[in-house]
Amino acid sequence: MAISRRAIVLAAGAVLLALVPPVAGLLNQPFYVDLFRRMMIFAIAALSLDLILGYGGMVSFGHAAYLGIGAYAVGIFAFYGVDNGFLQWSVAIAASAAAALVIGVISIRTSGVYFIMITLAFTQMLYYLGISLETYGGDNGMPLKTRSQFAGLVDLRNPSAFYYVVLALLLLFLLLGRRLVDARFGMVIRSARSNEPRARAIGFAPFRYKLAAFVLAGGACGLAGALLANQTEYLTPDFMHWTRSGEIMFMVILGGMRTLFGPVLGAVVLLGLEDVLSALTEHWQIILGPFLVVVVLFAKRGLFGLVSRDG
Amino acid sequence: MAEPLIAVRGLSKSFGGLRATDRVDLDVEDGETHAIIGPNGAGKTTLIGQLAGDLRPDAGTTRFAGRDVTSLDAPARSRLGLARSFQITSIFPDFSALDNVALAVQAHSGHSFHFWRPARAERELREPALAVLGGVGLGARADVLAANLAHGEQRQLEIAMALATRPRLLLLDEPVAGMGLEETQRMVRLLSTLKRRVTIVLVEHDMDAVFTLADRISVMVYGRIIATGSPEEVRGNAEVRRAYLGEGTES
Repeated sequence: MAISRRAIVLAAGAVLLALVPPVAGLLNQPFYVDLFRRMMIFAIAALSLDLILGYGGMVSFGHAAYLGIGAYAVGIFAFYGVDNGFLQWSVAIAASAAAALVIGVISIRTSGVYFIMITLAFTQMLYYLGISLETYGGDNGMPLKTRSQFAGLVDLRNPSAFYYVVLALLLLFLLLGRRLVDARFGMVIRSARSNEPRARAIGFAPFRYKLAAFVLAGGACGLAGALLANQTEYLTPDFMHWTRSGEIMFMVILGGMRTLFGPVLGAVVLLGLEDVLSALTEHWQIILGPFLVVVVLFAKRGLFGLVSRDG
Repeated sequence: MAEPLIAVRGLSKSFGGLRATDRVDLDVEDGETHAIIGPNGAGKTTLIGQLAGDLRPDAGTTRFAGRDVTSLDAPARSRLGLARSFQITSIFPDFSALDNVALAVQAHSGHSFHFWRPARAERELREPALAVLGGVGLGARADVLAANLAHGEQRQLEIAMALATRPRLLLLDEPVAGMGLEETQRMVRLLSTLKRRVTIVLVEHDMDAVFTLADRISVMVYGRIIATGSPEEVRGNAEVRRAYLGEGTES
């Protein structure tokens, strides 16, 4: 059996990511551990968005909301001296999923531009809520007192240990996502994206499946938010700014919608370019913008489509 | 006399000022093929939409298989055994032909909150789907992307999807529209084999197909059914000829 290019790309990607901490150590460039960890955290957020945007056809323009909720869950617990990571992260996931449930129940009844506007509006509400929380720093945000503690199991203050926790979670979500979109559940939301009247006519009631996907994606992104708070050791309403939602969406489209792996690539490339270009010039967005336009125009299936085309 | 499989009373639907269906009464007996004919804009597709549960009626009731289904939506009616094809071909274009039919099987195999097993590896979905696909003559095209099928094949695929739900009633909205002669003949042959096995409501402009397939015909004009009868009766009905068949000229 021939091994597909896709499988080779995936295996190579996983190995390369696993090699980042030792290589950075050899080169005495610890900064790269930090950068790639950040990429992987956003990769989790982006692949959760791909579930609903790519597979479910729900153009959520408010995915940063869950990033913020997850981060605030960790930050607020830490503020009151509760640093148990199991508790913090569980609440981050549960609170994000609960918010997604509320937003989803209202937004999934609509489609197209209305769906975009409702998801955007909810996220703006949460953004302004964050600004108004003076106790937690208002619009300045506040530093995270300590990183999440895991009863001596793993120490997130160790940059490499934290890195491998994030890598393991990313790989876990890739696996879960893959299984989910190919299972019956995934087939329902994919068929509804493809042709909802037809899906209804053959007997699917897509609403609850789309809602469930929306909630799962929210919960997964909430965990990414919990990771992000630990990454930056700071939390701010900016996590929920609408440009952040746009960035996550760009990672999905740049990497390739409906591929799960594409959004990971998209997160790595987007944040990587941001890092490289911003070192060259402060007007780096002038270079990044046209690059994104070219990719969207000429690579319909995104960057992952270019590198994984099975020949 | 046995209760009709589907019985419609006083069904009405207006779009703005337009009365698309106007107090429609219709009985379709179990096992018959019942054609609905009428000029464009007569409300035939609206009626199909109301029977399928896609359109909420403004007034009237629908009974199907002995129960009142007036308030049930399309997925719920599908699960009771009501299947449809659309006037404009409606398939899942980015799925294979087999996937299209397997999805229809899946929709009728309990809930779909299964998150782990790949659906494409489930024999209980694939095998019945393949059998139905073979039954409509698409067995050799199972792995072709539905978007890449010929128009006539896509219409056959729609029939296969409907059949895969094991329907008691098949609602077909212009199944041979836009087809060439050969494709039309193939579709009419396919529908002939389905007759008796399943009750059919057929909206169609192709009069050859209608008179070949139908046991009874209802004529719809301006949202109302003005006549119902055997093909011979309808052919001979003066009012129908005036309103629709156009007095001697072939449509």
